[in-house]
Amino acid sequence: MKKEYVMGNQAIALGAMAAGVNLACGYPGTPSSEIVDTIAKRNKDKAIHVEWSINEKAAMEVAAGASYAGARCLVTMKMMGLNVASDALMSLAYVGVEGGLVVVSADDPGPISSQTEQDTRLFAKYCRIPVFDPSSVEEAYEMIQDAFEYSEKYKTPVLFRPTTRIDHAYASITYDENAKPKEIPGFVKNSKRFVIFPRLSRMNHEMIEKRNPAIGDDFSDYRFNKYQGKEGNNKAVLAGGAGYAYAKEYLQDRTDISLIGVATPHPFPERFILKSLEGVEEVLVVEELFPYLEEELLKLLGTNQIKIKVLGKHTGNSPLAGENTAEQTAREIALFAGDEIAEGSDPPADAGYMPAPPMRPPVLCAGCPHRASFYAVKQAMKDRKANFSGDIGCYTLGNAMPLDMVDTCLCMGAGITMAQGLHWTDSKTVNFAFVGDSTFFASGMTGIANAVYNEADMILCVLDNSTTAMTGHQPHPGTGMNMMGDVVNKISIEMILKGMGIEKVLTVDPLDLEAAKKAITECADAPGVKAIIFKSSCVALFKPVEKCVITDKCIGCKKCIREIGCPAISAEGKKVTIDASMCTGCTLCAQVCPMGAIEKEVR
Amino acid sequence: MSYNILLCGVGGQGTVLASKLLAAAAEKMGETVHSAETIGMAQRGGPVTSHVRIGKDAYSPLIPKKSADLIIAFEPSEAVRNLDFLKEGGAVITNEVCLKPVTESLNPTGYDGKEMIEFLQKTISNLVVLNADTLCEELGSSKFFNVAVLGVAKGAGFLPFSEEALISTIETSVKSNFVEVNKKAFLHGVEVGKK
Repeated sequence: MKKEYVMGNQAIALGAMAAGVNLACGYPGTPSSEIVDTIAKRNKDKAIHVEWSINEKAAMEVAAGASYAGARCLVTMKMMGLNVASDALMSLAYVGVEGGLVVVSADDPGPISSQTEQDTRLFAKYCRIPVFDPSSVEEAYEMIQDAFEYSEKYKTPVLFRPTTRIDHAYASITYDENAKPKEIPGFVKNSKRFVIFPRLSRMNHEMIEKRNPAIGDDFSDYRFNKYQGKEGNNKAVLAGGAGYAYAKEYLQDRTDISLIGVATPHPFPERFILKSLEGVEEVLVVEELFPYLEEELLKLLGTNQIKIKVLGKHTGNSPLAGENTAEQTAREIALFAGDEIAEGSDPPADAGYMPAPPMRPPVLCAGCPHRASFYAVKQAMKDRKANFSGDIGCYTLGNAMPLDMVDTCLCMGAGITMAQGLHWTDSKTVNFAFVGDSTFFASGMTGIANAVYNEADMILCVLDNSTTAMTGHQPHPGTGMNMMGDVVNKISIEMILKGMGIEKVLTVDPLDLEAAKKAITECADAPGVKAIIFKSSCVALFKPVEKCVITDKCIGCKKCIREIGCPAISAEGKKVTIDASMCTGCTLCAQVCPMGAIEKEVR
Repeated sequence: MSYNILLCGVGGQGTVLASKLLAAAAEKMGETVHSAETIGMAQRGGPVTSHVRIGKDAYSPLIPKKSADLIIAFEPSEAVRNLDFLKEGGAVITNEVCLKPVTESLNPTGYDGKEMIEFLQKTISNLVVLNADTLCEELGSSKFFNVAVLGVAKGAGFLPFSEEALISTIETSVKSNFVEVNKKAFLHGVEVGKK
């Protein structure tokens, strides 16, 4: 056994390995990405099949196949990825599994780096499958192993829902560093079981609805559904996930108020809850995002005609949106418990005026090729009407001033299809769709087929930096590497586009401004679907070997600053300087400078 | 023991390594440790905080407001931004060298950090103001500030660990060819902190 201080996502990975996982797959997405990364790094003798699948749906289906053969499978994604995978998961919930199949869907309250604040616990209820909701890193390590056991016990896929504060928190765990994958029994054909037909669905639906209360009863004895308190308490706090951690932080080992921790929101552990609430008159529910536990509790009390006052999100005691905090939860519980509230002034009253710290908004890195691509399109289109549909990735930051080149951004791959919708409303405007290479493979290809088939007019701009940059540089089908450490054939985006029937597919280096502008103008003048692949590596992957310097030809016009907004360039009065530690020598500023006052040097 | 340390700065300044060293040193002393990083969407240049929580009664991954015993700020405005985490009577160590926002050239705010330091001096009685450039002069690079500042915290009596625990942590946690210079940075910090 080995003790190690690890991140929550590493603990989940190590827990899955301790459970003998045979296959781990998923699609990167903050805050879930480190789980698959960790398993790949620690995959001794390549005994586990590890892959970044092309998207979450593909991952879910790969895992379903392996599970039918009896393999233990882990599928990871962020919660919006679950929307993509839901087609497969919903059907799989009806069919069931053979080997344990655990789907980690990491929720991001806040949201800190996501488009929605959706709640995976509701998805579990919708799919009628169990969900585990850990409240700490240590618990996550243990609970993911339990999740495999329950999955096999009830032959159902199960969801596992950590939140950012669990995924990205650190704690010490002790694990078996020699854990080995399970023996895989092998696929036993049984079309009555594995081929989904209406009759099977109807039958299994009935089975599932009968089974779920039994799982709820099983969960009533589950080790991480916790109770602290004493008989005769008339007040209780019911909490789950990070909410439990915040409640425990305030209550510590106090027993005058009961603390009920729910680790299995679905199926609801009714017997455990009812027992914990004996004699209680008022309950405060502490949870993040949707009032899930609150509604389940209200339903349970209503069904059983038990008169207990329930406080939470519906009563305005806690907010419906945004991330919870320890101090906000402390305040909610203190008010509920009738505790004295320590009101510190903020800032100390005698301090007077507190200066506002400067904003530090996220921006494209110095030297990022996306900046050059956006700038080239902006310049080429400066006298024409054009729409710029963006997508999910680092390049969403192309919306910031002074580029201001993202007019829409919805979800993965949507820029390509939305550009078509915009085109059908106004054919005189040139419609651009910007998509990254990883997003292109994940969900861009169907959109392109749609455009070609329906004869839309649009220009696809693939911002190809040969990595999945935003989530921490994972490989994808275009990079020539996979998670088993193998060098594989690169799938050519250019060949895909040509194969789909796009005649004009141009590949340019975005750091060559004139060539890029020329390609864009050429595409804007041609009818139909056109594509430009802007090919240049992510600057965060390599140590720069060059840098730019400003010579005495500089007249201090600051056109470089005004036009491209590179964080390496700054000015004091008329004096413009380039921060040598940040500059990568991309030379975009040199190409913009009207005086030729910026030169490239070897570092 | 129950002790909360918040480290804050700007992406790329090395706060994460400093927080890992603190966590590892506390573990060496047999303590229970939890920590969490908040990095948001920014790859570089965005605010970064690390929350290190030592003790068995820490459940929240982040330090609750008004509960940090010590704030170590790598940049003066980041100290101010996180000041509401400090508990009454808590200590602050801050670098006075400011890092302007990367958007400063586009939207000049005139920010130079001085106002932040003046405010801290007025508000915090337990304050140590450092200049990363001066502190790291003899170390050859201000990138060693992240380890030197831990030395200052130790020397000033703000860290509940032994010097030995911290030094042996540096020996085991830092890449081998950087061990000596980091030890030197730490010990130099201890001397400065004692003053």
